Amino acid sequence: MTSAIHEGLVPGSIPVGRDAPAPARRNKIEVVELTARYGNREAITGVTLSIPARTVTAIIGPSGCGKSTLLRCLNRLHEATPGAGVSGRILLDGRDLRAEDPIVVRRRVGMVFQRPNPFPTMSVRDNVLAGFRLTGVRPRSPEEVVERALRRAALWNEVKDALDRPGTSLSGGQQQRLCIARALAVEPEVLLMDEPCSALDPVATARIEELVREVAPEVTVVMVTHNMQQAARVSERTAFLYLGRLVEVGDTATIFTRPAERLTEEYITGRFG
Amino acid sequence: MNGRAEERDPAIRRFRRRRLADRVFLVLTVASVGVVLAPLVAVVGSVVARGAAAVTPEFLVSVSRPVGEPGGGIGHALAGSALLVGSALAVAGPFGIAAGLFLAGTRRNRIAWAVRASADVLTGVPSIVVGVFAYAVLVVPLRHFSGLAGTLALAVLMWPLIARATEEVVRMVPRELSEAGLALGARNWRVALRVVVPAAFPGIGAALIGAASRAAGETAPLMFTAFGSPFLALDPTEPVAAVPLVIFNYAVSPYDDWRRQAWAAALVLCVLVLAGNLVSRSLIARRAPR
Ligand SMILES: Nc1ncnc2c1ncn2[C@@H]1O[C@H](COP(=O)(O)OP(=O)(O)OP(=O)(O)O)[C@@H](O)[C@H]1O
Ligand SMILES: [Mg+2]
Repeated sequence: MTSAIHEGLVPGSIPVGRDAPAPARRNKIEVVELTARYGNREAITGVTLSIPARTVTAIIGPSGCGKSTLLRCLNRLHEATPGAGVSGRILLDGRDLRAEDPIVVRRRVGMVFQRPNPFPTMSVRDNVLAGFRLTGVRPRSPEEVVERALRRAALWNEVKDALDRPGTSLSGGQQQRLCIARALAVEPEVLLMDEPCSALDPVATARIEELVREVAPEVTVVMVTHNMQQAARVSERTAFLYLGRLVEVGDTATIFTRPAERLTEEYITGRFG
Repeated sequence: MNGRAEERDPAIRRFRRRRLADRVFLVLTVASVGVVLAPLVAVVGSVVARGAAAVTPEFLVSVSRPVGEPGGGIGHALAGSALLVGSALAVAGPFGIAAGLFLAGTRRNRIAWAVRASADVLTGVPSIVVGVFAYAVLVVPLRHFSGLAGTLALAVLMWPLIARATEEVVRMVPRELSEAGLALGARNWRVALRVVVPAAFPGIGAALIGAASRAAGETAPLMFTAFGSPFLALDPTEPVAAVPLVIFNYAVSPYDDWRRQAWAAALVLCVLVLAGNLVSRSLIARRAPR
């Protein structure tokens, strides 16, 4: 095992290795020895990983390796699945997630799903405001919230005259950007994205990658992707999961050019057996 | 090729045999559809034939008249049925929807098992038994028949239907939708009320209308609860008229005029229940996309 794997094992520890960054790079999330189960089956085992603030971290790995499960642990959505269990710790800004109300965690940690899932009974506007309406919070200026969120999601110009249409009347790519706007509207500190482009064409994909780059200075993004080029284009850091274990994590450039683990190299180059 | 060569060709003979079998089955299928449809056509046909002539606007609005006096109607019974079914729906609707949501949200849980089992048992209980129950609970202590007792009986009949149908349609709401709500930091009950119920709304509406039209046709549970009344009585503590009770009372009466009115009332009831079922079905058919 390499030093990269152990990086961030102790909360607040100084990362070691070649890419030891400037001290400004604070860790937003620390995952410590995390194991997540469905029934008796472990989907991820002993994952230890740190996620620096205000960066894009990509999670890659073959289908079924536990990427979605790991992501869903980060906003405590995993435990909403019947029969699911977790052990280990996740620290958000140094505080254990389990000590917080999951409702509060999920307001700080937003999520975008693989398939666009706008609320079919709500208009575009109400979808953007859903994070307020569904939590009983009243935004100071709903119109401003809607415009800002839709602009950040690069959707404003397309829907500004269609705010009262049902959210599901948009195209697939627009629906996904609407879901991103919905997540961003409540100003989360972390944005989890589970293969947000897998149902989209290359143009829509490019727009979403662009907007991820744009929000990254303010929001910590964790993005699951099957697409190596996408990971290389949008992320600063990449974590490679295999069969529920974290094989390697490091700066994206390093992972893609000089991976420490043979398995990583084989996966990245497509020689996988 | 001449005819006799054709006769001898095994492929052609096989083809003919299959064509014959095909036709036989077609005839059998059509015949069995006829057997199934015949009672329906007979029932609807006789109700229409004997009742249609007496169904006039006046018949629908005027109240019962004594035998021999011309021009009586079922206005009082329509109003009474609307009152009974409407108030039963107001009681059983919220309970049924809440129970359905609870059942859809929990899988292996003792309370859920008990609720589901009692709903299923109650669905199977003969409706007259439910009437006896309402009689014992409300009529005996209050010492007279009342719309209240009829409402209770109908509500007890309706809630398991509403609960199980709600459970079914709520289960069909994609999990991704409720997860989207949870991921925004919404509490479970808010996700249920603001995301899941609206998405399942057509189905829940269908469940409510279906249960209401079933209750509108019930006679047995009303016979010793709401009891029936010849007047336009909308006081829930008094006996209340209902269309099925009018049909029953008039049909067993010895007067030709009343029996004619029973047929007409039967036609009105059929049309109402059928309309309810059609609306309910059309709601189910155009359920929210995805
Ligand atoms: N709801 C569930 N119940 C039981 N097992 C599950 C459930 N969801 C996922 N799993 C199992 O957990 C393992 C990890 O699943 P996960 O969805 O996290 O993989 P993934 O890396 O996201 O895959 P993909 O790239 O295909 O989305 C898989 O073996 C899967 O079968
Ligand atoms: Mg996945």
